[in-house]
Amino acid sequence: MTQIDPPPRSWRLRLRTWMPVVIGIVLLLAGLYLVTLTYVAGQTWIAVGLLGLLMLATWLFTSAKTYVYRYLFPGIVAVLIFVLLPIVYTFGIGFTNYSSRNLLSFERSTRYLLEEKMPTEGVEYAFTLHALGKAPTQDYRIRLEDAATGKVYLSPEFALAAKGQKAQSLKAELQNAETALPDALQVRELIALQPGLKLVSVVLPDGVTLGMTGLRRFVPLQSLYKQVGKNLVNQRTGDVLVPDFKLGFYVNQKTGETMTPGFKVGVGFENFRQIFTDPKYREPFLRIFIWTNVFALLSVLFSFGVGIVLAVLMNWEALRFRAVYRTMLFLPYAVPGFISILVFRGLFNESFGEINLILNGLFGISPSWFSDPWLAKAMILIVNTWLGYPYMMLLCMGLIKSIPSDLYEASAIVGSGPLTNFFKITLPLIARPIMPLLISSFAFNFNNFVLISLLTAGGPDYLDTKVPAGSTDILVSYTYRIAFVDSGQNFALAAAISTVIFALVAVMSVLQLRLTKADKPINT
Amino acid sequence: MAMVLDKSHRWRLVAAHIGLVAFIALTVFPFLMVLSISLRPGNFAVGSIIPTDVTLEHWKLALGIPYVKPDGHIVNPPFPVLLWLWNSVKVAGVTALLVLALSTTSAYAFARMRFTGRSFALNTLMLMQMFPAVLSLVAIYAIFETVGDSVPKMGINTHAGLILAYCGGIAMHAWTIKGYFETIPAEMEEAAKVDGASPFQAFWHVLLPMAVPILVVVFLLSFIGTMIEVPVASVLLHDEKNLTLAVGSRLYLYQQNYLWGDFAAAAILSGLPITMVFILGQRWLVSGLTAGGVKG
Repeated sequence: MTQIDPPPRSWRLRLRTWMPVVIGIVLLLAGLYLVTLTYVAGQTWIAVGLLGLLMLATWLFTSAKTYVYRYLFPGIVAVLIFVLLPIVYTFGIGFTNYSSRNLLSFERSTRYLLEEKMPTEGVEYAFTLHALGKAPTQDYRIRLEDAATGKVYLSPEFALAAKGQKAQSLKAELQNAETALPDALQVRELIALQPGLKLVSVVLPDGVTLGMTGLRRFVPLQSLYKQVGKNLVNQRTGDVLVPDFKLGFYVNQKTGETMTPGFKVGVGFENFRQIFTDPKYREPFLRIFIWTNVFALLSVLFSFGVGIVLAVLMNWEALRFRAVYRTMLFLPYAVPGFISILVFRGLFNESFGEINLILNGLFGISPSWFSDPWLAKAMILIVNTWLGYPYMMLLCMGLIKSIPSDLYEASAIVGSGPLTNFFKITLPLIARPIMPLLISSFAFNFNNFVLISLLTAGGPDYLDTKVPAGSTDILVSYTYRIAFVDSGQNFALAAAISTVIFALVAVMSVLQLRLTKADKPINT
Repeated sequence: MAMVLDKSHRWRLVAAHIGLVAFIALTVFPFLMVLSISLRPGNFAVGSIIPTDVTLEHWKLALGIPYVKPDGHIVNPPFPVLLWLWNSVKVAGVTALLVLALSTTSAYAFARMRFTGRSFALNTLMLMQMFPAVLSLVAIYAIFETVGDSVPKMGINTHAGLILAYCGGIAMHAWTIKGYFETIPAEMEEAAKVDGASPFQAFWHVLLPMAVPILVVVFLLSFIGTMIEVPVASVLLHDEKNLTLAVGSRLYLYQQNYLWGDFAAAAILSGLPITMVFILGQRWLVSGLTAGGVKG
């Protein structure tokens, strides 16, 4: 009985006490590594934020007083960073001019312009390119000969491709003894490689940077712009570029021309003003807003209508094979949404789709589901009803079960039929508890991006709007198009519209919470 | 009186059966169609529901096997379906594990401990899950572009980045697990603590084993939810070899490159496993879903 623990168990015990410490230290080191990486990449503020989080975590996991928060911290941090931060950031972007034209920060845009080079006149280096090795895995060397002094410089071996080449800088060495090189490449081959060669800069031992200006020529490069105070001065023309922090561009003082790339600046309520007052944006926004509401409302009504009728049938004791029916009816809910939506996209196809083949065979019609705005809307509602009724059926089945059966017995005694039962007993009793769920279903469909983007991608497009918008676009899919699909990539406008949607969803949520609370208080 | 009632009752039953069978035929029609299309030769062929000449060409292509046409032409698989499936399973598996870990620990604190800010945190979680990620896509894109500048392996076009983006989706699951924990009496853990167990040991060795059913449900819900997620994945992933199934599948049905037959086979191949899981586990999964939100 007084036996001492056998060695393996104490070894395990020791492992168990030390394991958390080891894991903690490893995680801490990984965190510090991440902070360093971020700092090195030049994102000082993010690095500081991460370091703060890391210190907070270290404190929480070592202090005895903060024991509870050890369990909460990881989850809460994940929610803060990946849910709350994007939401807040979206609001922020809505007040800027962030877009494909104003993509970079002011510093990076300035650096980009300062890195632009121009050739220096006068000095020239004769250039030949030499390929080493056999075709697919070839490396190259550049040979440069100073026209004035006859000095020869050689680059190290480097890889070169006509496409997908990144800018590279090579350090050339002065050639003292003659190095044997394969024959120089022909002009034809040089032309093929020219796009890649343009991105190569050669640095001579004395620090001069050379770039390609002709098929046979490299010349020294110098910066096109020089920073004078806040402004940039063009070294060739003497034009002065002044940063305009309202526009988000460097503006050429003489010509008034804006220089790309622009930079991100705050523009206040400009995006919101555009959405609500500029006819170019207001017109499509209004149409899409109305359709979004109609779509969400009808989707809920149709799927609820079908769902409740089926639920009543599924609760009818006298009906046989109910289990089989229920499984079959449940099927649309079990199949992943993206697959069934794409299946419908194929079935509804105007020329090869099976639905039109059948309609054509039976009635001799073949509706243009994707090019007629009204038919496209009808198709979306059909598909969404198909997708949504099983969920409604399940909800209603649960609620109908909870209706006391003596109500139906009483109604049977007075001899009322099933329709009376449905409208006088079932529906009124279900209405209250189902209301918050219908609202959340409305909110879900209000943002039902997957359905729209996979089925019609918003099409058919309106022809009379300046901003691309489609007659089946709902607000979220419209936002997505503005931000990611169409050429403008106007992230800021998209974020502003998202902010408006956030506000609308918030209203729905408050409504839903009120109704839920009225029914039964949330217990926390 | 009773006779009349019985007769109309019987007619109603017959009508209900006819109606249900017709309705089910209509709803199941797309699935039967897809099965038949996947077995038909070519991508534009027209035919009856029961295909006359059955071919496995689409199935071969979906499984990544090149198909040799009768005239000697070799048709290569248009898209790497199995790779996409693997990508989806990988991303969904890791995400589900992380989400499970994060939501279980938070749920434990919410269910068993008292601390300041508890009900505020719970309500905030509930509120936040009402705003879908699709609304903050622009910000998510911008954030991961910034992340990619310092840590390229977690930026745009990486699975690690996508998994991170999904990690915040714990709100609903934390609520579900918290609710389940509260149905388990705390006495067992108290007893363990009296015997000298730390709160973590009580959580790990006593509470978790009793909560396995809900953990499985949450894992599956999170797994399926990630498998079928489109918006975030479509913004964060670009390269064909990196796509998940949900993002890649739509490439089949482009107007210029319409691969209806190939799509049908790939759709069945990829949709069947999830559908089976969902049907087999419907009793448990649905209760988890109806408590919280709507499936997409």
